[in-house]
Amino acid sequence: MAKKTGIKIKAADVSVHYGDKQALHNVSLDIEAKTVTAFIGPSGCGKSTFLRCFNRMNDVIPSAKVSGSIQLDGAEINDAALDPVLLRAKVGMVFQKPNPFPKTIFENVAYGPRIHGLVTSRREEQDVVEDSLKKAGLWGEVSDRLHDQATALSGGQQQRLCIARAIAVNPEVLLMDEPCSALDPIATTIIEELISELQKKFTILIVTHSMQQAARVSQKTAYFHLGELVEHGTTVDIFSNPKNDQTEAYISGKIG
Amino acid sequence: MTFFTSFSSLALLIVVIAIATYLFSRRKVTQAAAADHVKPHSLARYYGLYAGAWALLPAFLVLVVWTLGSQPFIDANVQTLLVQAYPDLEKGFLDLKLAQVQNIAAGLIESQDETLLKLADDYAEALQQASNLRTSIVLLAMLVAVIYAYRRVSPALKARILFETLLRRAFFIAAAIAIVTTVGIIASLLIEAVRFFSQYGLLDFFFGTHWSPNVALREVAAGAADEDVGGSTGSFGMLPVMAGTLLVATIAMAVALPIGLFAAIYMAEFASKRVRDVVKPTLEVLAGVPTVVYGFFAALTAAPFFRAIGLNLGLDVSAQSALAAGAVMGVMIIPFISSLSDDVITAVPQSLRDGALGLGSTRGEMVTKVVLPAAFPGLVGAFLLAISRAIGETMIVVMAAGVSAKLTANPLESVTTVTVQIVMLLTGDTAFDSLKTLSAFALGITLFTATLLLNIAALTAARRLGQRYE
Repeated sequence: MAKKTGIKIKAADVSVHYGDKQALHNVSLDIEAKTVTAFIGPSGCGKSTFLRCFNRMNDVIPSAKVSGSIQLDGAEINDAALDPVLLRAKVGMVFQKPNPFPKTIFENVAYGPRIHGLVTSRREEQDVVEDSLKKAGLWGEVSDRLHDQATALSGGQQQRLCIARAIAVNPEVLLMDEPCSALDPIATTIIEELISELQKKFTILIVTHSMQQAARVSQKTAYFHLGELVEHGTTVDIFSNPKNDQTEAYISGKIG
Repeated sequence: MTFFTSFSSLALLIVVIAIATYLFSRRKVTQAAAADHVKPHSLARYYGLYAGAWALLPAFLVLVVWTLGSQPFIDANVQTLLVQAYPDLEKGFLDLKLAQVQNIAAGLIESQDETLLKLADDYAEALQQASNLRTSIVLLAMLVAVIYAYRRVSPALKARILFETLLRRAFFIAAAIAIVTTVGIIASLLIEAVRFFSQYGLLDFFFGTHWSPNVALREVAAGAADEDVGGSTGSFGMLPVMAGTLLVATIAMAVALPIGLFAAIYMAEFASKRVRDVVKPTLEVLAGVPTVVYGFFAALTAAPFFRAIGLNLGLDVSAQSALAAGAVMGVMIIPFISSLSDDVITAVPQSLRDGALGLGSTRGEMVTKVVLPAAFPGLVGAFLLAISRAIGETMIVVMAAGVSAKLTANPLESVTTVTVQIVMLLTGDTAFDSLKTLSAFALGITLFTATLLLNIAALTAARRLGQRYE
């Protein structure tokens, strides 16, 4: 059981439309700080859409319209006056497919700190890169070839590099959109262990298709179906004692 | 008689026979299958197509060979007769007489010369006989092929497979024709260029600084007085011409590269879908404007405009300037660069954009720090292709750049380019074996080599981009 450490994010009545189609229906959910919260549900259930609300990545899609309220530490992030660029420095994101930039390993990690002016000297920059790669559990494998192309790394290494890149700007929240779906089981295990480690410092929201993964890494779970939040609670409760029939059908493998 | 020998009626006959073969073969296989209660290997139409192709192909082949081969054969015969009629004439004049004979035979000109009239009659008769022979041979070849194919048609014949093989060969031949044509063009250029270099030094050509090929328009060129050094043989140092080409191309790229690239970035990364749907086709309309229209614009609008500005600033701008030609050429190339760059930029995966934005980049940072570096090899490819277009462009420079070969880097002066010189050398009354005309081929092969190298470099660069995101 995760110990209570306070509410980090309060989402209230969040709806998302893509053009005429409503992808998310009035979802309200509180996210606890320094906890891993898993979003599960069948494809097209709106879990990724919901995740993209927390760093306003839906702004990138021209037809998307988001309504409702999301408060991060009490500050409204859907405020039109808020600069999504600053928000995204606080709320980092790791994507489904590893997407390292076609630059060197070092340049990839240093990218965020540079654009946000977090480092002032070459020395600091090197420290941040080393520290981030260590936190992402990649340092041992790449310390002697920081200036090789990042695209030459294996898929699992690339994904850990993307995690290092995200935590290099020292965010408070980390969004992970099916971070292991493109990886083999061994790389998946490494990333899952890493998530448990990162949880000590960051509030983590993870979308996953794998219920075993949700059970292994998360303390809280939210089950989505057809754009609605069906049920949420501690992971132990959801998996051992689901209250909703749909949730039970999904986690027992009858639908999905 | 003429109906059966004229080309169009022969073509019609061939098509009719082929269609008949198609229909009869299809019927034959259907009936045979019904009689034997078997299912044919292929659909009935494949048997028709198979036999129809057999009807067409030999006829087509014979026609092609005949068309290519018979004319020189007849000409050679008439040539022999000409030599007998005019034993004293030189080769060049004999060619002239041959042309006269051909024209009289075709009824294009008239003549009172008995000898010529007699020869023309012989020539016309030879043509007629050749034509009759052609019809007979084509029809014979067709007949043999049709009988062969029709007899083979039976339900057991694997017509579908055979027709497939035939199609594959047809596609291969189409591809081969493109390559053979290219090789032919290079060869024809090379042969003439070699003839030029056998009379004129290689080093003198490539590194000579004086270009004065004794062009008919030479008097017009500025500073013509001191160009008589070469005398009647002319002097063929290509450096001034190459320098003019590079100057105009550089100006064109200086205009087209930033505007084209920025337009592409705008369209790919910033424009809303509605704006993009209007701007992109509009830009591409620019690419459809004939270059001669750009030439008008350069000569009649841009050049006087630059001249007027120059006067205001106290600069002496020539009426035909490298600046006017280069700037208009740049405008012409803008859609080329923007369209290619847009494709390249759009090909950068969305996941990289998401990654950059997810880290808190602004759109500008995303474009300059992630998207453009990722697209860089492809962009280089696009620019190289554009440069190769710029140095090969002819019409604008013919109309706006001038003809005087000066070794200068001043864009306000009139310059000449490789393409302009080729046009000058090969238009008007020219003997085809003089050094002057041959020099055009030397210029041509130089230009060809330059653009070929640029295109190869461009393709290599683009391929490298493709590999990165497979």
